[in-house]
Amino acid sequence: MKKLINGVDDIVSEMLDGMTAAYPEYVKRLEGFEVLVRAKGATPKVALVSGGGSGHEPSHGGFVGKGMLDGAVAGAVFTSPTPDQVYEAVKAVNGGKGVLLIIKNYTGDVMNFEMAADMARDEGIDVEQVIVADDVAVENSTWTTGRRGIAGTVLVHKIAGAAAESGMNLADVKRVAEKVIANVRSMGMAVNACTVPAAGKPSFDLADDEIEIGIGIHGEPGTHREKISSVNNIADKLLEKILGEGIYGSGDEVALLVNGMGGTPLMELFVANKHVNDVLASKGIKIAKTIVGNYMTSLDMEGFSITLLKLDDELKSLLNAPADTPAFVQF
Amino acid sequence: MPGSIYKCLSLIGERIIANKDYLTELDREIGDSDHGINMARGFKAVLEKVNPDESDIGAALKKAGMTLLSTVGGASGPLYGTAYMEAGKILAGKTEIDSQDMKAVFEASIAGIQKRGKAVRGEKTMLDAIIPASETYAKKISEGADMIHALDAAIESAHEGVEYTKTIIATKGRASYLGERSIGHQDPGATSATLMLEAICDYLKGK
Repeated sequence: MKKLINGVDDIVSEMLDGMTAAYPEYVKRLEGFEVLVRAKGATPKVALVSGGGSGHEPSHGGFVGKGMLDGAVAGAVFTSPTPDQVYEAVKAVNGGKGVLLIIKNYTGDVMNFEMAADMARDEGIDVEQVIVADDVAVENSTWTTGRRGIAGTVLVHKIAGAAAESGMNLADVKRVAEKVIANVRSMGMAVNACTVPAAGKPSFDLADDEIEIGIGIHGEPGTHREKISSVNNIADKLLEKILGEGIYGSGDEVALLVNGMGGTPLMELFVANKHVNDVLASKGIKIAKTIVGNYMTSLDMEGFSITLLKLDDELKSLLNAPADTPAFVQF
Repeated sequence: MPGSIYKCLSLIGERIIANKDYLTELDREIGDSDHGINMARGFKAVLEKVNPDESDIGAALKKAGMTLLSTVGGASGPLYGTAYMEAGKILAGKTEIDSQDMKAVFEASIAGIQKRGKAVRGEKTMLDAIIPASETYAKKISEGADMIHALDAAIESAHEGVEYTKTIIATKGRASYLGERSIGHQDPGATSATLMLEAICDYLKGK
């Protein structure tokens, strides 16, 4: 393993300090915690807290700022943060209008964030939560953990953040977030696995001509393997599964996120994006906004995911509202 | 006896830390390659936080549970944290335990894990080792066995439970994303739970 690190135990803390050094106008670190909050402190509106394991940068700290998150909690690499950390974030960002937790659907994340919500409610803080589960690679079933939360989470941050910034109350911000969750779907693939620094080797092994379809964002293996083919062909497969959900049809307006996994050149993401645009146009699906880049990464994994969100007037207007954060700026 | 619960926690911690790479490797196959790393970090903190001279077993276990909760992360943190805190409640104020206390600890820990994890037996989780172990322990005690012999039998059942996890599909936790591909792999959580039982038994045997 070759990594630009000092010690595996210090990565998260050093990263957070490096982020605050880079963006002091946006974020500050809660002293003694692995938490980034807005530099100017709590705001008199509904506050949004997200987070999860580290290794997904710029998620989640990169989205702390006006129009998106108020706090982001960073766990160890690919490991949910602990309840005490989330609780501190909630206390720090609460401006009196309540706090919405945006959780990705993983067993550990849900448990830790729920315990933190219980602790905060005991303190009299109004806390609600939404759980993002946009990954269509995983079959949804009441008998399993359910679908994973992946890149679609970034669109929840954006739109719920705009809703909170507009002055909506906690119940309405939650309603908007749940509307995004109901209409957003994603699917990803990997050309190469990622290497968790503390583990020291790739999280799965692929032959030179193999790709993994349906991967998550933690180096967990996907649904199946196949021989590598053209990016158009690969994008078709991801899109087929997403469109198979029956949410997106001719005449609909969508937001499109072509998300890099961390190790994929932007050049390749744009090539993929060209094809996705062509396919959606051929199906009469109108793209109201396209976002291409590394937003929900998986360390050094090479690969990408496609996310579609069906828009109505409310979601479209909130999506287009201004945002000013380290990793997403829009005027 | 003052310090005896710390000694027991030390044996658990040493066993987990010694098996850090093994647990991580198991997790690499069906999870996200961090179980051993997270558990080792948690027990290192437990041994730093728990007072080595603590005589109140319940207090020590409560402290251990809270420490696991705030250091392990993932799903294992809340689950093991809850299990230790529930055990701590059962043993609050006690300076030694008998075979019935141990039975109550098994049952309270399992109830805590089930409540937090919303899981049942047969979903390829730590419960597939702990529940059979608890049942065997209770049966042996009711038949008149002493704590050490009952625990020996319980550990055997836990090992069978770990083997059983290789044959079933995961329906809880990250391994559930693999569906049928999770078959053939043993559950890291069932494995770490079994390591803990072995360490407790070693402690009782004076090893």
